[in-house]
Amino acid sequence: MITKTLDARGLNCPLPILKAKQALGQLEPGQVLEVLCSDPGSLEDFGAFCRTTGNALLSHERDGDLFRYHIERRG
Amino acid sequence: MSLIVTKGTLDWAYPPFILASTAAAMDMKVTMFFTFYGLGLLEKDLDLSVTSLGNSAMRMPAMGGHIAMPNWIGMLPGMTGVTSRMMKRMIAKSGVSSVEDLREAARISGVRLIACQMTMDLLGYKTDTMIDGVEVAGAATYLENAVDCDINLYI
Repeated sequence: MITKTLDARGLNCPLPILKAKQALGQLEPGQVLEVLCSDPGSLEDFGAFCRTTGNALLSHERDGDLFRYHIERRG
Repeated sequence: MSLIVTKGTLDWAYPPFILASTAAAMDMKVTMFFTFYGLGLLEKDLDLSVTSLGNSAMRMPAMGGHIAMPNWIGMLPGMTGVTSRMMKRMIAKSGVSSVEDLREAARISGVRLIACQMTMDLLGYKTDTMIDGVEVAGAATYLENAVDCDINLYI
């Protein structure tokens, strides 16, 4: 169940992470943020971001040049 | 995390502000200590430049490959403007943020910005022309903060 979608396509490091952090701040714990991204470096970075901040990376998938992440806000 | 920021050119402005804004987004406490030429990065109006002079590693993407920028080209009048405009175009084209935006992201997410008092006096900088929220302090303040940090970088 996606609460909000962030379109970060065309943005380069570290903007997708900064915007995702901002968007997660507007969600309640348990709600899910979807991030669309074109930066291939984001694959490693969203993993690191979620491990460090304690948010849950529910899924990540790649569809050609498009990366899609589902992040659940925790705590 | 603490960063000592000593350089003020367009290329070297990126690493400290990228790391600071990202670390803040990852819930880390961040302090940036600006000294010598890094002080210029705190000015309200940034007019950053980059030169190939003295930087033999500089390669610019061109015609599907890279071309080297020989030192003597960098010595020609007006070349700093040319290389700076080239890099700003590349930055805009690649979806890379501006230095101003990264700096603002760092500032609003609570990154502590400290300007070095001694080099401000030495180089004639005043806080009036700097962005809001800049503290002025010295080496002891930086060190007191750094001793508790897991990551301390000199850039």
